[in-house]
Amino acid sequence: MGHLVNYIYICSAALFILSLKWMNSPVTARRGVFSGEIGMLMAVTGTLLSHQVFNWQWLLAAVLIGTAAGIPIAYIMPMTAVPQRTAMSHACGALAAALVGTAEFYREPNQPKYVLVALIVETLLGFLTFTGSLMAMGKLQEILPQRPITYRNQNLTNLGLLVLAAALGVRLIVVPTDTWVFPIFAVLSLIFGVLLIIPIGGADMPTVIALLNSYAGLSACAMGFVLDNRLLVIAGALDGSSGLILSIIMCKAMNRSFTNVLFGAFGQLQVKAVHSEERPVRSASPEEAGAILESASNVIIVPGYGLAVAQAQHKIRELFDALMRRGVDVKFAIHPVAGRMPGHMNVLLAEADIPYDRLVGMEDINSEFPQCDVALVIGANDVTNPAARSDPSSPIYGMPILDVDKAHSVMVIKRSMRPGFAGIDNDLYYLGKTLMLFGDAKSFVADILKELPVAALAAR
Amino acid sequence: MSSNLETALYVFVLATFLGLEVIRKVSPLLHTPLMSLTNAISAISVVGAILITTAEGATTLSKVLGFIAITAAVTNIVSGYLITDRMLKMFKREEKR
Repeated sequence: MGHLVNYIYICSAALFILSLKWMNSPVTARRGVFSGEIGMLMAVTGTLLSHQVFNWQWLLAAVLIGTAAGIPIAYIMPMTAVPQRTAMSHACGALAAALVGTAEFYREPNQPKYVLVALIVETLLGFLTFTGSLMAMGKLQEILPQRPITYRNQNLTNLGLLVLAAALGVRLIVVPTDTWVFPIFAVLSLIFGVLLIIPIGGADMPTVIALLNSYAGLSACAMGFVLDNRLLVIAGALDGSSGLILSIIMCKAMNRSFTNVLFGAFGQLQVKAVHSEERPVRSASPEEAGAILESASNVIIVPGYGLAVAQAQHKIRELFDALMRRGVDVKFAIHPVAGRMPGHMNVLLAEADIPYDRLVGMEDINSEFPQCDVALVIGANDVTNPAARSDPSSPIYGMPILDVDKAHSVMVIKRSMRPGFAGIDNDLYYLGKTLMLFGDAKSFVADILKELPVAALAAR
Repeated sequence: MSSNLETALYVFVLATFLGLEVIRKVSPLLHTPLMSLTNAISAISVVGAILITTAEGATTLSKVLGFIAITAAVTNIVSGYLITDRMLKMFKREEKR
């Protein structure tokens, strides 16, 4: 039996890889989930069959509790809360890895050095990702302030703490019998996770979530080295590389480096950059907006985090339908960092039944703005700011943006003229062709819809 | 023992490069479900937690830590796969009108 389980693990690994491969298109993606489930089932069954199971009542209780917690999380969680759930699952995954590492260390501290190195990496990453993800979750759920929390010598403190934790880790590798060092090492790792995330603002969450994803994966991967289990190494490496790629994509989409995201405290420093002078803007009523949209031949809607906050996705679907019925071509322009996690906007709009062929990424849609009659910005701000292209003094200069300002006319639904998260004034709002639509995204779109009744169409 | 390390490192390096290639091809449309799927997959750490908890003569510490680890990992497996599928069900192509 001992040998058989290794072959089962190989099959599981293959299924996991296929599972990710099938994620490359929405057509095959659900097959990917299925193959991942089978892989997991095989791995767990194989493990249970190949080892003599003691303490089965502990195992059974844990599986029952985990299942009972998992099912409601999956089905009750609204799609707007998906970033929080993701942060929470990073926390759970990292905690599992860290605790297994801890248990293994106390079971047998005298292990080969490379096992101890892997074990220290596993627990360090596990514990810091655990608290870090909890902090991220708190910020996303708005239990904690979304603004970066900064204090003097913050980076120095954080770096010092990390160095101290790492030094204790090295000491544990060299003198593993001093088990009393381990709790101190664990607590320092936990504290470091908290301090790492508090200076990071809400707008940087997509990058941070992806980075935490990567850490959680690497922690599981290190566990594979500790327990000499290749399947863990493979699954952990897949998760680690996935998180890495996503965070690179997010960083590129903001024209920033990892270090800048982690240590830059974006949003705090730029508050000074807010223009204080009042500049005139043009605003419009829902009636006017409805008339403009109706007479357009193509419209590009630019959604942002504000759409998630206002829960406006279903109203936008109604607007989409109303305009499409009138022969207006409607597309959605999706900036990679719109929202609070990679792909956030796509999931929200898909939830509202908007066909995914209508969701177009930044690189493909930007060439279409010059031919576009109306660009309707809903809850997006910095990703539409033309200063990123033209003003070298702007803090977001160089960030790839959606070229909304090139559309024939622009409409922006916004609560007030308050600047966006980064505290930067958006020149887009002051253009001659821009109309500001002041109000809550959901109710404003509802008011526009009143101007576009289905009945009027039928009467034509 | 060092041959074990070598093999594990080979596996790690190859799996990482394979992961980078496969994930690079994932449609940006699906980045959110991708993250919850990889999360569920990395909850394979449940295997390690099971080994720790169900070993013969496991100490109380091992049992308690292993218990929490299995609970956390199973929560991730169950919620991860189910919510990924729930999200993917929502992605529909445009109907021919």
